[in-house]
Amino acid sequence: MKPEDQKRLLREMIFYRRFEDRCFEAYMERKVGGFLHLYSGQEAVATGVLEQAKTGHDYVITGYRDHVHALKSGAPAREVMAELYGKETGSSKGRGGSMHIFDPTANFMGGYALVGQPFPLAAGLALGAKHRGEGQIAICFLGDGANNQGTFHETMNMASVWNLPVLFVCENNEYAIGTHIDRSTAVRDQYKRVCGYNMEASQHDGMDIDTVMEAAAKAIDYVRGKSKPYFIEFMTYRFRGHSMSDAKSYRTKEEEAEWEKRDPIKVYSRRLKKAGIISDADIKAMEKEIDDEIENDIIKFAEESPEPKIEDLTRYVLDDNPDPRWIGPLVNEGE
Amino acid sequence: MAETAYWEAIRRAHDEEMTNDKMVIAMGEDIGVAGGTYKATSGLFDKYGPERIIDTPISENSYTGIGIGASMVGMRPIIEIMSINFALLALDTIINAAAKIRYMSGGRIACPVVIRTPGGTAHQLAAQHSARLARMFMSTAGLRVVTPRGPVDAYGMLKSAVRCNDPVIIIEHERMYNMKEEMPDEEFFRPLEGAEIVRHGTDITLIGYNYNVHLCLGAADKLAKDGISAEVLDLRSLKPLDRETIRRSVEKTHRVVIAEEDEAPVGVGAEIMAAINEDCFFALDAQPIRVHAADVPVPYNARLEKEAIPDVEDVYQGALKALGKI
Repeated sequence: MKPEDQKRLLREMIFYRRFEDRCFEAYMERKVGGFLHLYSGQEAVATGVLEQAKTGHDYVITGYRDHVHALKSGAPAREVMAELYGKETGSSKGRGGSMHIFDPTANFMGGYALVGQPFPLAAGLALGAKHRGEGQIAICFLGDGANNQGTFHETMNMASVWNLPVLFVCENNEYAIGTHIDRSTAVRDQYKRVCGYNMEASQHDGMDIDTVMEAAAKAIDYVRGKSKPYFIEFMTYRFRGHSMSDAKSYRTKEEEAEWEKRDPIKVYSRRLKKAGIISDADIKAMEKEIDDEIENDIIKFAEESPEPKIEDLTRYVLDDNPDPRWIGPLVNEGE
Repeated sequence: MAETAYWEAIRRAHDEEMTNDKMVIAMGEDIGVAGGTYKATSGLFDKYGPERIIDTPISENSYTGIGIGASMVGMRPIIEIMSINFALLALDTIINAAAKIRYMSGGRIACPVVIRTPGGTAHQLAAQHSARLARMFMSTAGLRVVTPRGPVDAYGMLKSAVRCNDPVIIIEHERMYNMKEEMPDEEFFRPLEGAEIVRHGTDITLIGYNYNVHLCLGAADKLAKDGISAEVLDLRSLKPLDRETIRRSVEKTHRVVIAEEDEAPVGVGAEIMAAINEDCFFALDAQPIRVHAADVPVPYNARLEKEAIPDVEDVYQGALKALGKI
């Protein structure tokens, strides 16, 4: 990989971290409502996997911790922030919020709050892609907790039987909300769970973006080349709580400190510094530039954007311009 | 014109729509090689192959979700769920996904998926195969819910449902698949919206949907012998509901009976009564009457089963009550 691409990737991860730190601030300021689930600690997974995908062409879908997946897929940061602010200019016109970012122009097919629901939807995106034959694959990011839903087993089975081009990315952060994997799940290694469905699977370090990219490239080639599903597991850690109301009482400070040593941004910046690709001063400058962009462009856009109109409350429930040939209404004769 | 059975009408709609648009696919348990529990896709596997007539495993929630996901990227899936009881397993993907994706995405992503499923009691299938559940889908924003009463609507509404850009739930009925009706040979479409006056009358309005429209028609025949002119209204679409046609009919007849095969609480009849109260309360000459199932899980025993669900006589008696004759 070229040094400028390595620098870009580091910048992207720092951007995602600081973007979400700013989301946190906006939440504390009550500018953002609802639930807010942050991705801090797991950045190398979405960044590394989607670096190897054809973003904008391949379909991407995930759960409710969806900001970074949307951004890396190509959703404009202004629109993602505006969505959190509930504004008309948001990715989902303020109708979805943090958990439901959608950007079909980037083929980012959404964030979903029902744990495990994206499994079948992803397989459906892959079925559509396969049917159209335009070489797209579907990539589904979900946490280890989702694997205890029935949809996991049902979908792994069908994806395998029907040879659907879908990459299932399991971000194993060891906690299903506040319950540790050892207390909820019979096996800690999630990739082992799909062997019953005759599916290729592997497990990798999710805190090191180089490892993620190398493994993802192989998996994506496999899915695209063979038109078959693949299950890839990354061991990672969520630095913040599940959502804003989470005091993290279920884990120890020592455990958190151990994982923080493996912060994907620190790991990667150390590597680039050691290789002489970047300096501390470069990183400082990068951070300042990012903060300026977030504050003076992204937040400004979100703050200044208009709210949805009250009279538009009932738009988008059904097709707002249906074809009367199919919809009617029916005319009763002889009335 | 040819006499066509309900199942043949559905099969013809599948066939024509699949020929017309290669993005149309069908999915469901046993619909391919086995030809479908109700024969609604029989012969189509040989014609369109396994990529378009997809036999699914018994995984209702996820194969429905796969159809919904495919619909988000341009496919037009027609999903068969063998019994509406099994649709309960798919409620997450139907209600939490299909019904909400257009709205949650600010109108940016549509889910043009069609879900066909039979609801209703039939020949002693007992409690876990006899649910109706129309009320549950009817109360969900983001869905269209239609209830074709015969082959003409079963064909024409399925064709419209495939082309419409919204998720459409088509509730069929076990006891209707062999019902026959004269049907034009030329292609036609039936609108998804709008109640239909299937028999004009002046003294009382009998409102039904799905199979129970036929109970209303039977009751209207009996009432005619008593010299009473009954108007029969087929709702056709439970969501959206054509309140305007209901209002006009009630303003004409001033009396109304609603026949539903489901249990009464929080049901279709309750919703129609609420609509009548809100829209034309002062047009009523008597309280509206609901004719409905007993509030029990549907029993196996044939006599008990018959007792649990409404029949022509029940609708007739309901009409006499609304007319102040009993």
